[in-house]
Amino acid sequence: MVAAARSPAQTRQNTPFNGKSSAELTFCKASPGTIFRMVALAPTSLPDALSALREHPDAHILAGGTDFMVEVNFGHRRPPSVVSLRNVRELRARIWNDTTLLLGANVTYADLAAPDVAEHFPALSAAARTVGSPQIRNAGTIGGNVGTGSPAGDTLPVLAALDAVIHLADVDGSTRSLGWQSFFLAPKRTARKPTEIITGVELPLHRTRQDYLKVGTRNAMVISVAGLALVIDLDDRAVRVGLGSVGPVPLRAPEAEKWVVNHLDWSDASNGNVSVPDPRTYETFGTMVAEASKPINDQRSTAEYRKHAVKVLAQRALMRLV
Amino acid sequence: MELVSYQLRVNGTERQVEEAWLGESLLHVLRERLELPGAKNACEQGECGSCSVLMNGDLVCACLILAASAVDADITTVEAIASNDPFSTGPLSIVQQAFVDAGAVQCGFCTPGLIMSVHDLLDRNPNPTDLETREAISGNLCRCTGYGRIFVAIEQAVRVRSAASLIDTGPTVTDQKRQAPR
Repeated sequence: MVAAARSPAQTRQNTPFNGKSSAELTFCKASPGTIFRMVALAPTSLPDALSALREHPDAHILAGGTDFMVEVNFGHRRPPSVVSLRNVRELRARIWNDTTLLLGANVTYADLAAPDVAEHFPALSAAARTVGSPQIRNAGTIGGNVGTGSPAGDTLPVLAALDAVIHLADVDGSTRSLGWQSFFLAPKRTARKPTEIITGVELPLHRTRQDYLKVGTRNAMVISVAGLALVIDLDDRAVRVGLGSVGPVPLRAPEAEKWVVNHLDWSDASNGNVSVPDPRTYETFGTMVAEASKPINDQRSTAEYRKHAVKVLAQRALMRLV
Repeated sequence: MELVSYQLRVNGTERQVEEAWLGESLLHVLRERLELPGAKNACEQGECGSCSVLMNGDLVCACLILAASAVDADITTVEAIASNDPFSTGPLSIVQQAFVDAGAVQCGFCTPGLIMSVHDLLDRNPNPTDLETREAISGNLCRCTGYGRIFVAIEQAVRVRSAASLIDTGPTVTDQKRQAPR
């Protein structure tokens, strides 16, 4: 879905205002002599967003707002200041390079269902389609999903299975890129420094077969009880499994991955086909993937059920892909 | 308490918001400051869809939009949906009239949100399948109707809009058919 053209924010920024940066002027009243403390910033470019964050180091960086506003509405958070990335259009881009797809942080879940993404990353599109409702998918972003770092973030197991790289920009002008493993540290804790803005997520472009499956109480508006992404990489002759909601961070199942590679028939891989010669492979694979999960009991499910769910999802995903 | 003042463009009109608390949602500002109570306040966490509005043409939950971040966006609320409806000549939009005719309104609390979702669906996809319809309203909770009459209303809206567009653009459609390669 493509957002309608927005009128340039510069119209209001042109009003001179004592010593305020252009980003801050977005919220200044035109009438002279009235001074408000500017605390909500809606920059329209990444450099402006970084300078806004430099001037307001305590600011919350706001993406789609679908997590943050719930906490604000319920009084769990009172932001002293906010830097909203919504109007930073350059972060909404999807850039197809020779070997990667770079998703800007503002790319929404609805954007992730676009045909170009779905063709190359069907698991990511499928995961995005399971998020919330159309209303949530129009607002929520991949940068927000990554930045919140909830164990139940629906795109995170897919990013793990695709070996995604997270791009960050610092207020000091530097940038860095972190593999997903180094980025997610603990539930809702990431390696992003307070001085950094997540600018995008980069995915390697391989020939793959991939699927995403999720267990929840209904098909819409559901936080995942367990989620699983399976990627069969035809270029690398590798299998990668990403697990969500069954550990403090998104997990992989390295032993199961290594084991199953040797139990697949890759002889027709150049035509995009992989098969499972021995039907017992599915169950063993499911069991091994479940062993890699580290679920807990919480209000949504029990650890025992989650482990069982992971086993079933792993088997089912493999059956769907071969 | 951090206060901000800003302008929002709602239903085509610039509206000034004066000294609002920074954390106010777009829903709160629409209802409590701009006298637009059409979007309803229920769950405040994006679960129920009662506060659905269009922002730059995208259907969103107004309760999850920080109002101060919605500057420079075109916001459309249910109050403007009838006057914006190119298919309607009466006081209600085709979708609203269909909800009335089909008895798709009981307590009415979810109705404005559903009206927005159905408009969003039919504007993008004038002839949705059953699955597409169900997915489109999956973010709108209705606890009265059991959804049966809502689906009937949507079917009626599809029929009426389709007929209206054939009348409005009659010559064009005929031309296109005549010129279509066999």
